[in-house]
Amino acid sequence: MRIPTPRGMNRRHFMRHMATSAATVPALQFLSDLRTHAADIKKAQKACILMWMGGGPPTIDIWDLKPGSKNGGEFKPIDTKGDLQISEHMPKTAMQMDKLSVVRSMSTREADHGRGRYYLHTSFVPNPTVVHPTFGSVVSRELGAKRPALEIPSFVSVNAPSGSPGFMGARHAPFVVGSNGQIRNASLGDDKSRLNQRLRMLSVIETNFINSKRGESPKSHKEIYQKAVNLMTSEQMAAFKVDEESEEMKDLYGTGGFGQGLLMARRLVETGVPFIEVGMGGWDLHNNVFTTLRDQRLPQLDQGIAALTQDLSQRGMLDDVVLVWMGEFGRTPRINGNVGRDHWAASWSVMVGGGGLKGGQAVGKTDRDGTRVDGKAYLPGDIWATVSHALGIPSKTVHRSKRGRPMKLANGGVAIKELVG
Amino acid sequence: MQSGWDTKRLWRWLLLSVTGLALLGQGPFTDAVSLADAADKRSAKPAAGAKTKARSRAAKAAVPRAALTGSAREIVDFINKQIRQGWTDNEIEPSAVAADSEWIRRVHLDLVGAIPPLETVESFLKDRDPAKRTKLIDNLLDDPGYVRNWTTVWSNLLIGRRPPRRTSRRGMRQFLREVFARNRPWNKVVYDLVSAEGHFERNGAVNYMLAQMTMRDDGVQATAKTTRLFMGIQVQCTQCHNHPFNDWKQDQFWQFNNFFRQARRVDHRKYDPRSGRMVDDFSELVFTDFSEKVFYEQRAGTLQMVEPKFFDTPVDAKPETDLRKELARLMIAGQNPLIAQAMVNRVWGHFFGYGFTKPIDDMGPHNPATHPELLERLSLEFVKAGFDVKQLIRWVINSEPYHVTSRVGGDNKVDNPAAGEAPLFSHMYVKSMEAEQLYDSLIVATGAHKAGGAGWEESEQQRQQWLRQFVIAFGTDENDETTTFNGTIPQALMMMNGELVQKATSAERGSYLNRVLGERGSDTVRIRRLFLSTLTREPTRRESNAAVQLIQLIKAKKGDPVSAYQDLFWALLNSNEFIFNH
Repeated sequence: MRIPTPRGMNRRHFMRHMATSAATVPALQFLSDLRTHAADIKKAQKACILMWMGGGPPTIDIWDLKPGSKNGGEFKPIDTKGDLQISEHMPKTAMQMDKLSVVRSMSTREADHGRGRYYLHTSFVPNPTVVHPTFGSVVSRELGAKRPALEIPSFVSVNAPSGSPGFMGARHAPFVVGSNGQIRNASLGDDKSRLNQRLRMLSVIETNFINSKRGESPKSHKEIYQKAVNLMTSEQMAAFKVDEESEEMKDLYGTGGFGQGLLMARRLVETGVPFIEVGMGGWDLHNNVFTTLRDQRLPQLDQGIAALTQDLSQRGMLDDVVLVWMGEFGRTPRINGNVGRDHWAASWSVMVGGGGLKGGQAVGKTDRDGTRVDGKAYLPGDIWATVSHALGIPSKTVHRSKRGRPMKLANGGVAIKELVG
Repeated sequence: MQSGWDTKRLWRWLLLSVTGLALLGQGPFTDAVSLADAADKRSAKPAAGAKTKARSRAAKAAVPRAALTGSAREIVDFINKQIRQGWTDNEIEPSAVAADSEWIRRVHLDLVGAIPPLETVESFLKDRDPAKRTKLIDNLLDDPGYVRNWTTVWSNLLIGRRPPRRTSRRGMRQFLREVFARNRPWNKVVYDLVSAEGHFERNGAVNYMLAQMTMRDDGVQATAKTTRLFMGIQVQCTQCHNHPFNDWKQDQFWQFNNFFRQARRVDHRKYDPRSGRMVDDFSELVFTDFSEKVFYEQRAGTLQMVEPKFFDTPVDAKPETDLRKELARLMIAGQNPLIAQAMVNRVWGHFFGYGFTKPIDDMGPHNPATHPELLERLSLEFVKAGFDVKQLIRWVINSEPYHVTSRVGGDNKVDNPAAGEAPLFSHMYVKSMEAEQLYDSLIVATGAHKAGGAGWEESEQQRQQWLRQFVIAFGTDENDETTTFNGTIPQALMMMNGELVQKATSAERGSYLNRVLGERGSDTVRIRRLFLSTLTREPTRRESNAAVQLIQLIKAKKGDPVSAYQDLFWALLNSNEFIFNH
């Protein structure tokens, strides 16, 4: 079958059609800026990379060891380049600790996976009347919207279940990709010119449905399609292609999903994406916590964090990129009968670094056995307020839910003084 | 069971749920009626400030036993009256009744999980019988698609879209197919799922428990999931501490947990002569002696011992007592067990997109229902009707709110649960299609269901493979998962460029498009057919003109008009109207 292909069709044509078909996103106006700004993108674009440890990592064995306590477990602490000690199974990261800090006094109360995941991602505890945006969506809205040259989604989630954009709407939803960076169905194929024809017809049908007063969803469907077309036709898609990195670079980060995800995150930051979440699972260590950590989790984790910190630093990007490492909660100081640790939210650690925040510190502390926080405790909102500070998002920012309820940025959390100075 | 009722608010609530008549132990149900009358009637006002009224709401929910007639007409009238009361109290008018073309699409998606085929739409639109909607409901409830759809829905709830290793999806589906094909009473189904024992394919019901027992967690996951899924109460947080928002206490979690301690999974392996290795064989669930006591760790670090207890009902646990059977028996006992209202809420939520509580599986005094009397009455009637799921569905979808359009009227903009308001059901809420619904609807829209060819198992496998691309696991021990399906860029990309839609819009011999083009008729007739088979409605004039223009443009360029039809079909399948169930 012969397919007629009008001549002279290029990306600009798609964009024009998309622009005429959707009133909400002015696709055309940024096209002219596109190439000129491309050179500036690489520098001075603030971003956050969240390393999400699905299942709840035993921070007592990683960042806040308790040698000499009955809860201490099998690992020993070692000195680092910063002013704190961490696990002996994190030797590469230890060499970067002058740039990273650990908040050892998290106390977050939610010890259920779903609730903890929600709380740590949003700063709010679950509430039946509203869905709070996961923090990546907040950053997407605050920073992504101000980057007209960015054609790919402003919130990318690599192997991670980042949660919902909530009342920020589907346009700030995480774009979920695998760590191989392959995006299914994104190739235009040979049918490039036909896309126009199709989109024009689509627009007629979609507009009819949008105008029939059926709420928000029909409109956001159209917006998502626009983003998808942007993606298909954008040269920035190259940011996902981790394969284009040198073998040396790939080996530096580690060839597992976590390392490759971090490497992709760095590429995405260079392209202007302000928030990337990279997931690493398998932390729900109710059994055999020590052998699993030593043989499987920590080598990967150590290599990934160290490579990312070093790489960003060498490229002069670390002052603009905030790194956050957290899970839904920590794990019980007490070691259970299966040589495991269970869920524990009362006293645990989060790692924060880069973005101009002070490195090399342990902020806050837990008691001798790690079962409670000594002194001031921090909440998820305090971490996100710190991140916001580093990203230049004003702490007074207030968002409104769909019902008009005001929601303070990071649930009114306060940036941690020791980190922001 | 009498002692201790008045000790906690929770017990009062449970009492009301269980007996459905006595009020806080105050006496005969006539009192309940007068108190209900006196109670605040603005039952459906937004939930703000509602917490303090939890008790009066719960009280109000008591329905006198004499009102339970079981008559379908009367129950439907009752639903209409209750829902209308919410409209009156909030001073809104409902949207108009949905056109047949809108309604037939909705009822097909909800009941049989796919849009209706063209012929069904055409004959329904022509049908002059005033009772045609009720008749269609009855027909669809007897359709094999009903069994398939509800098997999918419950299989996803029980074991997930990506079941854990060593769980038999096939076994689970076999069990569920029988449940929905024979319309087995819901209490028996719950009993079977909670108490099942044996081989994972010979007794498919065991897969529910097997899927909750992927690690040695002392039945913690089984406890959390069973209470949430079947009884609509969330206790998972109380594993470690008293619940921050409701009245659940940590000891109750472990009292419940006690019932699961005799369940043991056995994973058999076998020698595979081809590889020379041992490989997975079947798994089974067996009864094992558990004579130890259950201890849990309080926040202070002290250990506390608990006995098995179902709310305030202790169980005389002898070593030979099968505690899971005891639990299953207690879960289904009484005149209005929690499993009834949990199911009513879930079924209502299935058809309307929102249940009487949000979320649907977190019920209790801390989270009052929007229509407590209606929930109560439907639960009681459901029990009285022998836990007949099809009957429950009949009541719900023969009611007025299921027949109003999804188009917001001039007067009911405030009825917007997507913005956090309590749902008033004054217009149908737009639902996103589930991945399975989309897949099956694409099959219907493209006529692939008639092509035959692949057998049931094979086509089921293809469907599974397609679905897997949208599921992400959270990486926790609870095997919870999420889907990247709804309203995301990957979904849009899949619809625009994916193989399935590519195949659907191909005009090769034997394809749907090929057939439409081969039939007689003008361009306008063909365009109409494509609209009807995808959006279940006629094109508007503007749409029809745009499509004709598209075709003429191609013809003018001496191109193949087939490609214009392909583009039209592509646009229809990619439209918001196609992917939303409204």
